[in-house]
Amino acid sequence: MRKIAGLTAVALITLSGLAGTVFSEELITLRGGSVISEETNAPAMPKVENTDQRRVRNYPEQPPTIPHHIRGYEVSKNANKCLSCHARTRTGESQAPMVSVTHFMDRENQVLATVSPRRYFCTQCHVIQLDSKPLVENTFMDVEDIFKNGKAKQ
Amino acid sequence: MKLTRRDYIKANAVAVAAGVAGIQGEANASNLVTDSDETNLKWSKAACRFCGTGCSVMVGTKEGKVVATHGDVKAEVNRGLNCVKGYFLSKIMYGKDRLTTPLLRMTDGKYDKNGEFTPVSWDMALDTMAEKFKAAIKKNGPTSIGMFGSGQWTVWEGYAASKLMKAGFGSNNIDPNARHCMASAVGGFMRTFGIDEPMGCYDDIEATDAFVLWGSNMAEMHPILWTRLTDRRLSAPDTKVAVLSTYQHRCFDLADIPMIFSPQTDLAILNFIANYIIQNDKVNKDFVSKHVNFRRGNDDIGYGLRPEHPLQKKAKNADKAGGSKPMSFDEYKAFVSDYTVEMASELSGVPENRLIELAELYADPKRKVVSFWTMGFNQHTRGVWANNLIYNIHLLVGKISTPGNSPFSLTGQPSACGTAREVGTFSHRLPADLVVKNPKHRAIAEKIWKIPSGVIPPKPGYHAVQHNRMLKDGKINAYWVQCNNNVQAAPNMNEETLPGYRNPEAFIVVSDPYPTVTAGAADLILPTAMWVEKEGAYGNAERRTQFWQQLVDAPDGAKSDLWQLVEFSKRFTTDEVWSKEVLDANPEFKGKTLYEVLYKNGNVDKFPLSETNKDYANDEANHFGFYLQKGLFEEYATFGRGHAHDLAPFDVYHKERGLRWPVVDGKETKWRFREGSDPYVKKGTGFQFYGKPDGRANIFALPYEPAAESPDEEYDMWLSTGRVLEHWHSGSMTQRVPELYKAFPDAVVFMHPTDAKKRNLRRGQEVKVISRRGEIISRVETRGRNKPPVGLIFVPWFDASQLINKVTLDATDPISKQTDYKKCAVKVVATGRV
Repeated sequence: MRKIAGLTAVALITLSGLAGTVFSEELITLRGGSVISEETNAPAMPKVENTDQRRVRNYPEQPPTIPHHIRGYEVSKNANKCLSCHARTRTGESQAPMVSVTHFMDRENQVLATVSPRRYFCTQCHVIQLDSKPLVENTFMDVEDIFKNGKAKQ
Repeated sequence: MKLTRRDYIKANAVAVAAGVAGIQGEANASNLVTDSDETNLKWSKAACRFCGTGCSVMVGTKEGKVVATHGDVKAEVNRGLNCVKGYFLSKIMYGKDRLTTPLLRMTDGKYDKNGEFTPVSWDMALDTMAEKFKAAIKKNGPTSIGMFGSGQWTVWEGYAASKLMKAGFGSNNIDPNARHCMASAVGGFMRTFGIDEPMGCYDDIEATDAFVLWGSNMAEMHPILWTRLTDRRLSAPDTKVAVLSTYQHRCFDLADIPMIFSPQTDLAILNFIANYIIQNDKVNKDFVSKHVNFRRGNDDIGYGLRPEHPLQKKAKNADKAGGSKPMSFDEYKAFVSDYTVEMASELSGVPENRLIELAELYADPKRKVVSFWTMGFNQHTRGVWANNLIYNIHLLVGKISTPGNSPFSLTGQPSACGTAREVGTFSHRLPADLVVKNPKHRAIAEKIWKIPSGVIPPKPGYHAVQHNRMLKDGKINAYWVQCNNNVQAAPNMNEETLPGYRNPEAFIVVSDPYPTVTAGAADLILPTAMWVEKEGAYGNAERRTQFWQQLVDAPDGAKSDLWQLVEFSKRFTTDEVWSKEVLDANPEFKGKTLYEVLYKNGNVDKFPLSETNKDYANDEANHFGFYLQKGLFEEYATFGRGHAHDLAPFDVYHKERGLRWPVVDGKETKWRFREGSDPYVKKGTGFQFYGKPDGRANIFALPYEPAAESPDEEYDMWLSTGRVLEHWHSGSMTQRVPELYKAFPDAVVFMHPTDAKKRNLRRGQEVKVISRRGEIISRVETRGRNKPPVGLIFVPWFDASQLINKVTLDATDPISKQTDYKKCAVKVVATGRV
C-alpha cells in the first residue's frame, strides 16, 4: 500500500487542497498514522502543567483552565479545597483569582451571600492541562484576530 | 527576558490609553477597539451538540465564524451554565483536518475496495454510491442495503433518512447508534407503559427530596443536570443522594448513601426493594389497585449473541424473550419474597444497612424520590428488565408523575429522544411510537407519506449489532453510515465490525466532518456539514424539542446529511426499487424518482423559500428551492398530533427555548399520565397510563440472572467501558479541541492499587488489556476520578488509538438488542516496555 510520507497527525493538511493526492487508512488523524487493526505503543503518561501561569482565554466567557495540579484536592459535600484559595475571603491571603461573580448567582441570577451550590463542583467546567501535544491543529480564530484581518483587508 | 507583572503593567498602560483615544500608538500597542460596528457579535441560540441534557447555548458569530459560546440564561434547562465541553463548542468545527471533498477508494481511476482514498466530485461520489445500492437491491433485494444513523441527527435528517429507507427503498434496515445507548430504556417504557419517554421532567430535580442514581455517572455525563441536583442537595440539606455503581466515580463526592455492587446484581437489589416495600406494608394500595397490572415475564432469555453461540442454544426462551403472562399481586409478592436483604447483600456485596437505607427512600411515604439511570441500566444484557424493575418500585408506592416523584431515564445523545425515538429511526419503528409489524401503523404511515400500500415491509430490519454481523456474512452489500463513528463504538470490533466493513461483498459509505476510524474503514467518505452549519432541531431527555438556525457556512465542499440524503434520492426511480405488484397496482408512480415521491410530494415542498428567516443562510432550502426543513417537520408532526405526541408549529420552536411535548393548545406538558397536568388523561381517573389499552401500567416479575461473561481463572477481571466528562463519545469532535484534548488526552486503565500490585504493575506502566476477542495497549491509572473495586477495571472508549471495543463482547439484551458494554472478562498484563 502506498502511504503518504510524513503524513503525521500534527502536520496534517486540509485534504481538499490536494487534487490527485491519495490517502490510505492512515488518514485517520487521531490514530497518528496506524491502521485500525494495528496496536501501537501507548504514549507515556504526561505530567500536569503546573506553572501557575494564567492562560489566555479563547473568549471572555470561557472558563479558565487550571494552571496547577489538583491531585488529592477534595471537592465533596464535606469540603471544597479549591475554595480554600479562590473563595472571595481567601484571595487576599492566597493571591489566587476570586471565583467569578457569576458563581454567586442562583438560577434566577440573584446574587447569593456565598458561591452558589450550582457552581460547587469546579471540575465540571475547569480542567487541568496535561503536557501533551494536540494531535490536530485547531483553526478557531480569536475575535480580535478577525478584527485585525478585517483591518488588513481594508 | 522575564517580565514581572509590574513591568508588564507599566509597559502597556501607555499603549492602551493611546488606543482608546484613537491615537496610533507603537507598533506593538494593544488597542481596545470600541467601535460598535466592530465589537458587536451576532448572538443566536442553539442546542448544545453533545449530550441528552439538551442545554441551550448562545453562539456568537463574526464574519462567518463562531467566535464564542456560552450557556443561555433564558433556557430553563441550564440557566446560563454549560459544562466544559459546552463552553468549548466554539472550537469543534475548526479541527484542521475537516473533510472538504468526497474520497473514494480507487486504483487506476476505478473504484477498488483495496484502493487508496482518492478525491472525487460529489456527482461521481453519489453516482458510484447509487450504482452500488442499485446493484445490491437488484441482486439480493432491499434487505441487502442498510443505513446506520444517529441520535445526533437533527430531527429532519433522521426523518428524511427513515423515509428514504422505509418508504423509498422499502427496507427496514435502518437503525441508529441510539440502539447502543437507550434501546433498553425504550423497551422498558413500551413494556411497562406502552408509550415511550419519561413521564416527568427536569423540574422534578428542584421538587424532590431524594435522588437515587442507578448506573449513572451524571457528574461526568450529564454535568448540567448534576449542577441542578447538587444545587438541590446542598441548598436543601435534608435531601438525600444515593449512588449505585460497579465502581466509585465523581458522583460519590455528593453521596449520602454510596454503594458499590458486583456487576449484574442490580437486578437483585431492585427486587429486594420491591420485597421490602411489600414486607413493610408500604404498598400504595389505592394506586396499585386502580392503575397497575401484574405480569410474569419470560426468564432464561439468552444473551443476544449469534444463534450458534452455546449460551444462545442453552437459553429456554431465547426466541420469546419479550413474552409475559398475567399474574396476581399475591403471586408477585411470593416471587420477590426470595430477594431478602441478606440475599441481596450477599450477592451484591453492598452492606445490609445501606440496602435498607436505600429501600426506605422509596418506602417512606413522606419522601419524594427521583431515580436516574443511564448506561449502567441500559447497556446491560437484562437492560429492559432493569428498566421494568425500577418502574415496579415507583408504581408500588405510587411515586410517579407528580412533581419530585419520578423514575427518570436519562439519554446520552442530544436527540436520542427527538430523532432516534420520536422519529422512529429504528429497524422496527415508524414515527410517534408506530411499528412496522402492525398493518394499521404501516397504513397510517403510507397515507401520510402518500405512497402506495405495501411499500413499507412488515418485517423489522436488522438492529445495530446485527448490521455488523450481516455485513460480515455478506447479507448487507451496500451500507451508509451518517453522523456517528460506529467502528469505534460497536462491540467486538475484531470478530464482527472490521471483517464486516472490509468484506469485499460490502460497499461502505461514511458521512462525517472528520476522518474518523469509521471513515478510514469505509470505501467512500462524504465530507459533512455539522452542528450550526445547518438549520437543526434536537429533542432532549425531558421531551423538549429545540431548534436552531444555520449560523455559519460549512467549509466549501462539505454538505449536510440532509442535503446528501435528498440529493441521493434523485438518483433512483420507483421502477428500480419497488416491486412489480406495487407498481402495477399504482401505475401513476411508474418512472418517478424517489425525490419526487418522497420530498416533492406536496407536503415536504409545501413551504416556499420566502418563509425562511432572512437573517440566516439556509443552504439546503436554497439548493432544493423550498423550505425543506419546515416541510419535513410539518409532515412528520402530523404523525403525533392528536395522538399524545403533539408538536407545536415549526415556527414556534425558533422563538422558544424548546417545548416539552405533548404541546396541546400551545401549552407544553411537564408531567404525563396525571390528571390536571396531562391533557390526554381523562377527568376523574387521577392517573391514566394511556399507552396501555386499559390505562394501567405493568409491574413485572423478573429474576436476577447472571451476566453473559464473568471473570474466571484466566480472564480474571471485569471490564467496564464508558465515557469521560471532557470528551463526547468517540472523541471525534472534542479530541480536536486543544483544551479538551490536553485535559484528558489518552485513555487509561483505571485499576485498584491492590490489583496493580498483585500484577507487579505501577501507575503509568504500559499494559495490555486482553479478552478472548482482542486486546489494546494502554497505561495503568491507580489514582484519579474513577476508583474501581478489586477485580474490575474501567477503560474509556473515546480514544481512537486505544480501541477498547476490540476487547468488548457483543452480547446484547435479547429484548432491546442493546449491547452490554459494562461487563466482560479480561486480563491485564505488562507489555514489558516501560
